[in-house]
Amino acid sequence: MADASYTSLPQDYDTQLGDYFALLKPRVMSLVVFTALVGLLAAPVSVHPVIGFASILFVAIGAGASGALNMWWDADIDGVMQRTAKRPIPSGRVPAGEALSLGLALSGLSVMMLGLAANLLAAALLAFTIFFYAVVYSMWLKRATPQNIVIGGAAGAFPPVIGWVIATGSMSVEAWLMFALIFMWTPPHFWALALFMKSDYNDADVPMLTVTHGRRVTRAHILAYTVLLVVLAVGTAFTAVGGPVYLATALVFNGLFLIGALRIWRRPEATAVEDGYRTEKKFFRLSLWYLFAHFGAILVEALLRPYGLGGW
Amino acid sequence: MTFRTEHDLHRRRKGRNIGVGLMLVGFVALVLALTFTKVTSGDFELPRAEELSG
Repeated sequence: MADASYTSLPQDYDTQLGDYFALLKPRVMSLVVFTALVGLLAAPVSVHPVIGFASILFVAIGAGASGALNMWWDADIDGVMQRTAKRPIPSGRVPAGEALSLGLALSGLSVMMLGLAANLLAAALLAFTIFFYAVVYSMWLKRATPQNIVIGGAAGAFPPVIGWVIATGSMSVEAWLMFALIFMWTPPHFWALALFMKSDYNDADVPMLTVTHGRRVTRAHILAYTVLLVVLAVGTAFTAVGGPVYLATALVFNGLFLIGALRIWRRPEATAVEDGYRTEKKFFRLSLWYLFAHFGAILVEALLRPYGLGGW
Repeated sequence: MTFRTEHDLHRRRKGRNIGVGLMLVGFVALVLALTFTKVTSGDFELPRAEELSG
């Protein structure tokens, strides 16, 4: 852990509210809010809008808290990597100690408030998710094994389960299917990023698959995980959260995703370098749409259900 | 009694302080709304007298 600022700012620079907000990883938070909301609305139990709103807000705050703890712990390597060098701690805008305090305070607040707003199981799941992301992934796996994002991906996969539990107070197969979707999606998504952020992980000495096993093996892994993901994502269409809208969406996006993964697998590294990793960047962008489309389709099925249109 | 003159620090942190203030007000409003919702929902039960007396 480094506690130093890596770049120079005016000596009288006061940390702004926006700097603290950036610590909460707002883009990750938006994905968490969306998937948790889908989990909540797809559940077969309706929730009062005030309780639903408050619960999702506390899940978002919990996700933000784990982001702040991650940034506190990773400040040293964030400063080395081009992609993360401008984050609040390495850029000197937020002292590391303040990030830690904010992360711990918001973790406690979000878990406690979710317990009061929804139920204890949802609160316990949120606490476990924060622990998993901050401790298991950030402090342990990330710098220890090339399987870091495979196992660590579980942290990002919990929000729809939490959403489901907020509504029902219990877990079910459908909730874990949504978990599995994000869990299987995470490795190809991040490995594509690792392919085109070429030297970042090397510079920071993070044992990403690209660093430990090479880029050819990473390309093969992207394809293998994509094949498994396609089976899971299309199969989900025939469960209680699926339906015709979901099936159509899944067929289109899984077809595109599989083609993208095949292209990545077939490409020699020299060709990728030549065109500035165009295919890999395209696959990465598609992966964001992929997840959004699948959860969007689950949401549409859930919203149509009261009118007798959603599901099979 | 004299009031202190506004320090430069207060001026620079004005935006941040207003932001924190608004968030606190929002939090209080949310807790209030949650309380009303839970208390007025059908399954809310007041604790019985013997539970309160231990």
